[in-house]
Amino acid sequence: MRFIDPHIHMSARTTDDYERMAAAGVVAVIEPAFWLGQPRTNSGSYLDYLSSLVGWERFRAAQFGIHHYCAIGLNAKEANNAALAEEVIALLPRYLLKEGVVALGEIGYDDQTPAEDKCYRAQLDMAKELDMVVMVHTPHRDKKTGTVTSMKVAEEHGLAPGRVIIDHNNEETVEDVLNRGFWAAFTLYPHTKMGNERMVEIARRYGSERIFVDSSSDWGVSDPLAVPKTAKLMLERGIKTEDVDKICYGNALAAYGQSGQMKESDWLDPAPIDQRTLFEGNSVLRGQQARVDELQQMPDRLKDVVFK
Amino acid sequence: MRPRELLARWLSRQIPAEAQAWLDKSAAQVRSSGKDADLYLAVSLVTRKVGKADLMLTEADLRDASTSRNGWDPRQWSADQAARVMLILELESDPSRLARGLEQLCNTADVGEQAAFYRGLPLYPEQPRYVARATEGLRTNMKAVFEAIAHRNPYPSEQFPELAWNQMVLKALFVGALLWPIVGLDSRANPELARMLCDYAHERWSAGRPVSPELWRCVGLYASGTMLQDLERVLKKGTEPERAAAALALHASREPAAAALLEREPAMTKSLARGDLSWEQIVAPH
Repeated sequence: MRFIDPHIHMSARTTDDYERMAAAGVVAVIEPAFWLGQPRTNSGSYLDYLSSLVGWERFRAAQFGIHHYCAIGLNAKEANNAALAEEVIALLPRYLLKEGVVALGEIGYDDQTPAEDKCYRAQLDMAKELDMVVMVHTPHRDKKTGTVTSMKVAEEHGLAPGRVIIDHNNEETVEDVLNRGFWAAFTLYPHTKMGNERMVEIARRYGSERIFVDSSSDWGVSDPLAVPKTAKLMLERGIKTEDVDKICYGNALAAYGQSGQMKESDWLDPAPIDQRTLFEGNSVLRGQQARVDELQQMPDRLKDVVFK
Repeated sequence: MRPRELLARWLSRQIPAEAQAWLDKSAAQVRSSGKDADLYLAVSLVTRKVGKADLMLTEADLRDASTSRNGWDPRQWSADQAARVMLILELESDPSRLARGLEQLCNTADVGEQAAFYRGLPLYPEQPRYVARATEGLRTNMKAVFEAIAHRNPYPSEQFPELAWNQMVLKALFVGALLWPIVGLDSRANPELARMLCDYAHERWSAGRPVSPELWRCVGLYASGTMLQDLERVLKKGTEPERAAAALALHASREPAAAALLEREPAMTKSLARGDLSWEQIVAPH
């Protein structure tokens, strides 16, 4: 099976993670712009971060045979620093139309303040104008209200629900999201124990239409293998293979593929390896099915240790 | 014909009419509007509108390129790179504005854009302006970006001070980039670089790691003293490509001791005399 992790902050992860993800069958990731765990104090720091998402991180992923895409936007937390927010929003057009930028995101509400609302709306207008897909972060606190508000505001600004992904859903929000025609993404958090089990129940109850999963792994406790592990659990619990495939691969591709910047042929039929494509590991998964239940043994890197 | 006109002509032969219309409109906008946003939006959109196919060039095109700009070698360019550089060159009548725009573009560039902007280095007006940008680019960890500056690009050999040049050659060996596509490799050889490279060879030998035979190309002309001993060691104990490299290096040296070392290898001397050995040959084809 092949997997896509459509929300993961790889800049905060190590090359060990890339190796394990590739071995588990992850062929593509989407990295949305967000904060650093602490607030930035100036827009220059944001500019360098956005450049790394379209530059260095893309190259890093490619070395492991993983295709890296990103979403560009101002996150809700940092929207609360009005001076920073204004400058960052002015920078966004420099990045939004670059190659491999599959959405404007992750944007939305955190504390649901007026400042967050203002930035969310400004970015929705930008997405509308540039005909972009939108990735919406829903708040952790007062989630249900925040989720519904996010969708209402997106509709108010003329976004088609089919081009908006509502992320970090739970049992309480999923029905509203699906009924309104938006995509419903679920984040699998580790150490909640029920994380993967709950997802199996959601798949059982709601099927695989417009539903997909991601790990949202970052610098906190999180699991970059959450998508393949959930797929494994779903299969063990009797969810049909075609549904698992949609939830862990196909739906994310369909949703973000609307950008025209992410195609299955990117990894199924990669360009020949050359110095221009920058992709050094693109034949890694050719003709070889990675298996979720049998994580490959990692190479013994001690053998390769050298002084540089 | 100017490089910008050549790029436009080559692109027009291979891109669809719709892409051509977009490119013409964007180029006109960049030229006339004076707004930064027109440049960076057009440059971003190139991969979507023009695509990333190889730029298809004939031998005659390559001759036109080097007539238009001495040393310019676009044989490995792609259509998106050509279109991006062409859009930047729309500002060539205002070199300060072009420099400002390019600096901004580089600061927010994605991987593919970085390679394009650096391949364009020999074409921008007021060439000495871009030395710091080029050396900054060489600090990359991305090999393709490094090679956009180092390979088939006359800019470094024309503009770099010795320190920057030497660091570029040494880093090429570090990152596994070939040396022979570096323009001016022989003309910019210098004693300090020869010393740095021999030190590097000793580091590699101490670690039990292979040394690229190409390394000796930049040593030969200035080899003396212990450097000749290094070449002697390679000539005696090296693999076949390494021995050929040592012979070529010794052949380039003006030191009598170098000639004496070569005389002990009649087969090599014969190959050299017949012109059978060349630097391009001794490394695996690209």
